[in-house]
Amino acid sequence: MRNAFADELTRLGDEDSRVVMLSGDIGNRLFDKFKSRHPTRFFNCGVAEANMMGVAAGMGMNGLRPVAYTITPFVTTRCLEQIRTDVCYHEAPVTIVAVGAGLSYAGLGPTHHACEDIAFLRAIPNMVVVCPGDAHEVRGALRAALRQDRPVYIRLGKKGEPLVHPGPLQDFEIGKAITISDGEDVCLLSTGTMLPEAVDAARRLQEQGISAQVVSFHTVKPLDDVRLRDAFSRFRLVATIEEHSLIGGFGAAVAEWLADTATRPAKLLRFGTPDAFFKKSGEQEYARAELGLTGHQLADKIVHALQRDATP
Amino acid sequence: MNVVVRSPAARADAAALKATAAELRGRVIDMSHAAQAAHLASSLSCADILTAAYWHVLNIDPNKPRDPLRDRFILSKGHAAAALYATLAMKGYFPIAELDTFCRDGGRLAEHPPANLLPGVEAATGSLGHGLPLGCGMALSGRIKRETFRVYALLSDGENNEGSVWEAAMFAAAQKLDNVCVIVDYNKWQATARSNETLMLAPLRDKWAAFGWDAHEIDGHDVGALADAMQRVPNGSGKPVALIAHTVKGKGVSFMEDDNNWHYRAPTADEVTRARRELGLA
Repeated sequence: MRNAFADELTRLGDEDSRVVMLSGDIGNRLFDKFKSRHPTRFFNCGVAEANMMGVAAGMGMNGLRPVAYTITPFVTTRCLEQIRTDVCYHEAPVTIVAVGAGLSYAGLGPTHHACEDIAFLRAIPNMVVVCPGDAHEVRGALRAALRQDRPVYIRLGKKGEPLVHPGPLQDFEIGKAITISDGEDVCLLSTGTMLPEAVDAARRLQEQGISAQVVSFHTVKPLDDVRLRDAFSRFRLVATIEEHSLIGGFGAAVAEWLADTATRPAKLLRFGTPDAFFKKSGEQEYARAELGLTGHQLADKIVHALQRDATP
Repeated sequence: MNVVVRSPAARADAAALKATAAELRGRVIDMSHAAQAAHLASSLSCADILTAAYWHVLNIDPNKPRDPLRDRFILSKGHAAAALYATLAMKGYFPIAELDTFCRDGGRLAEHPPANLLPGVEAATGSLGHGLPLGCGMALSGRIKRETFRVYALLSDGENNEGSVWEAAMFAAAQKLDNVCVIVDYNKWQATARSNETLMLAPLRDKWAAFGWDAHEIDGHDVGALADAMQRVPNGSGKPVALIAHTVKGKGVSFMEDDNNWHYRAPTADEVTRARRELGLA
């Protein structure tokens, strides 16, 4: 995802002279092309995220379209007040791009895990929260974000994630979920980095005779109301899937939506990380397996839930 | 003390500027009394700095508050909002009568300056340590877009406690933002204690100099000297400019000066009368 981000950003920098890149001293060589093409519009802001976010807001308030980038905890919770007060209160058109969503950097330990950022950022007025599911969505999200003229948060994984979409998404729209595959029995609403696991879960469910629709619900705020109404009216079971805490994340947002909306027949099942720091060493696949977030674990739990529901 | 020398022009203006500063103080005292609002002493402390900036230095047009080429003045010590509001009203950004709505229900003049609501307010402040990073972003916008405006940020001394101030200080020096000027209202008090007994600021000029700034100490109540020093931005040093302005909290009213109770206290009607008399106001 991060290579797609750097490449798309370079293209956008070519097209729009207002686009400015701010990095929190990461991405060695990643932005070489952007830097060589736009040397006056790249700033390594150092390991000083509060200042970086304030600088980005100041630029956004003065006609530029800054993109502020570093590892997720440092570009979100580390400088949360600057995001809230400088960026969002001023409605500054700043695009915040975080790398290392959820457990992408599991091996680096909990200082680098990011399972709370959606909760914090979606609570802030004027903020838009987008969690792309693959590199094609990253390109679409970045392009759409820079057209928004308002604050946008984009939550990336790392690099080398499988592609889910067959090709570039010409009609990517913030706030409009994308159907990956259709189904009849259950609906899997996945946000961000978990999309390949959701696709895998659907395949495994299919093997057991359960037809699952998979939706890339890339925008957590604003929620796609039309899509949620459809999901909760058409399916027996709707599952939210995210690499984020069950507190305050995508599943929580959908649960809030459900509580505020006329009762729907479908049951809601939420998958996410628990209310705990994941302290063991190991990479993302290991961490996901330990937390029950791999495709086959999701499928098993969905089957179990369907069986439980069927029992009189 | 590394005091900036005054130009003849500033000397000629000094008497008029002094009268303006007295009027500004009077309005702030009236507002504090009417609203029973805090931070009066903090507002009086920086009245001469605001006077120098708005009546002598800034390239601004109150009729064109969003002019891209205007100089930017950020009241980073947002708790002195009353002083900023009075300044902006006196300059014609909005009617003087609106000052009567300070802190009133439904008004535009909250206890800290709002975002995207009031003409002339460059940034919403009130949480300390935000104004300078914002100002650096504004200054870089000017550089990128080849607009030659200047950015002034007025910080309180207590605000220098915030780490983000020093992040921005290092950033501005690295980026050679010589069109940025920080003025520190160094009144030696923060909300509840002596500044240097809270977090050690001294030697404050040396700190800013060590962070790569062209740093000077200045009498923060000498409007002419302030005007001269602020006018010389950029000053050819290639560095951002820091003016460590020595001030007295509550300046201008004998019974408020250097008495930190006035950080939160609002004056009674009788105290307003006495204060106005001391300021030479009717």
